[in-house]
Amino acid sequence: MPKITYIEHNGTEHVVDVAIGQTVMQGAVDNNVPGIDADCGGECACATCHVFVDPAWEAKTGTANEQEASMLSFAATKQDNSRLSCQIEVTAALDGLVVRMPEAQH
Amino acid sequence: MADASSRVVVVGAGHGGSNAVAFLRQYGWPGEILLVGDEPILPYHRPPLSKAWLKGEATAESLALRPADFYPKQRVTLRLGTRVEAIDRAAKALRLADGESLAYDHLILATGARARRIPLPGADAPHVLTLRNAADADALKAAIGPGKRVVVIGAGWIGLEVAASARALGAEACVLEAQDRVLARVASPGLSAFVDAAHRAHGVDLRLKVGVEAIEAGAVRLADGSRVPADLVLLGVGAAAEDSLARTCGLAEPTGGIRVDHNACTADPAIHAIGDCTIRPLPGGATGRLESVPSATEQAKAAAAHLCGKPAPAPEVPWFWSDQYELRIQVAGLAQGAARAVTRLRTTDKLSVFHLDAMGRVQAVEAVSSAPDFMAGKRLIGLGKPVDAAALADPAQPLAALAVG
Repeated sequence: MPKITYIEHNGTEHVVDVAIGQTVMQGAVDNNVPGIDADCGGECACATCHVFVDPAWEAKTGTANEQEASMLSFAATKQDNSRLSCQIEVTAALDGLVVRMPEAQH
Repeated sequence: MADASSRVVVVGAGHGGSNAVAFLRQYGWPGEILLVGDEPILPYHRPPLSKAWLKGEATAESLALRPADFYPKQRVTLRLGTRVEAIDRAAKALRLADGESLAYDHLILATGARARRIPLPGADAPHVLTLRNAADADALKAAIGPGKRVVVIGAGWIGLEVAASARALGAEACVLEAQDRVLARVASPGLSAFVDAAHRAHGVDLRLKVGVEAIEAGAVRLADGSRVPADLVLLGVGAAAEDSLARTCGLAEPTGGIRVDHNACTADPAIHAIGDCTIRPLPGGATGRLESVPSATEQAKAAAAHLCGKPAPAPEVPWFWSDQYELRIQVAGLAQGAARAVTRLRTTDKLSVFHLDAMGRVQAVEAVSSAPDFMAGKRLIGLGKPVDAAALADPAQPLAALAVG
């Protein structure tokens, strides 16, 4: 299974195995990684699973679609590498992905 | 302070209960954690029950909030299919349906809400359904199909979502509402009108200001004596706090619900309560019920932080969403008592309405298929600064300029 590294805002790292086909958000929820709230359960309705994709991985994760981009447009801590982790599906190519969490999701 | 021998028992394995056990471990609870639920299946996502699940677009696996191995991995003892009958606060123990006594050091009540029933002749007939849990959804799913005549009593969120799903499944849908508009209790007139039009455009027979006299075999009889044919009837007339367990130990309010503070703590310091069963502090200083997944999650966080001796998390802006047809409805804040409504966007398929208080601050936003306006509104509510209403009303003026500050 691909390994995903989640880094909390305080620097704590969590390396977990996430099955191909799962989302990066579900990988965090299933492993109780702090910092991802996922209020809406992956419906792209809330922007509380916001992550920053490590720049080395941006090409492989792709970019936000229109709905996701508009949900992110007013996120308090938006950066160029912001994504909603419920919209990133884990593939073999994402083995080793590193994402960082913002200070808060609300 | 808690140690490894301190036991938290969470009663109610919905969104609130499942999230509470997760947050307790995240925040370092050192002792035992039990999650007790009366349903036989793993804690699951409720919002899809009236939508994706009903339409056959979700699986049991996708419905589960977390996989089965989550609970043992997090050292959480999951006791499903287990009903709690009573709380003995003096002994700090629960009495289970099979007679077992279960001791707790701290208790979190996450018992949710139950569908309201109305004293209507025929309302207990087998073709009259309500929708709160997975078993209800399965019964509804089995009854709805192409050509079936579905009559929904009550044009609230659940009733309208079921009507939309019924249309998608090829059924006929009639919605009967006593008030003069849909979503009368939960939406502004502007949003009500928009949603009303969407349902009519999708072929729903929507009838406002109608009284229902009785439910008969094959029909619903209205106050004027006419009958609406019905193969099944969904009662969507709201939910009441599921506080019967709290009532066994004097923690329920006479008018329903369990009163909690901003830490989700009840009048008993050993008992917290979270989610739909609570009467909680609301933005603006009032208290009330807030039936939504985000509110349950926020309170789960607050209760876990309180028990673990962590600082209380920052209050969150209440929010809610509903999907009907191709429309995504998103609401943040509470519009009640607003001084004025500012409509920014109104097309055939999009809407955004901002509700301002007397100081000109955004207190709520209602958006349909307009995620940027929803997100900007949610942020403006959180910022709590007056905005330029004229700029807000003009879609040519960028929201970013208003939202930054």
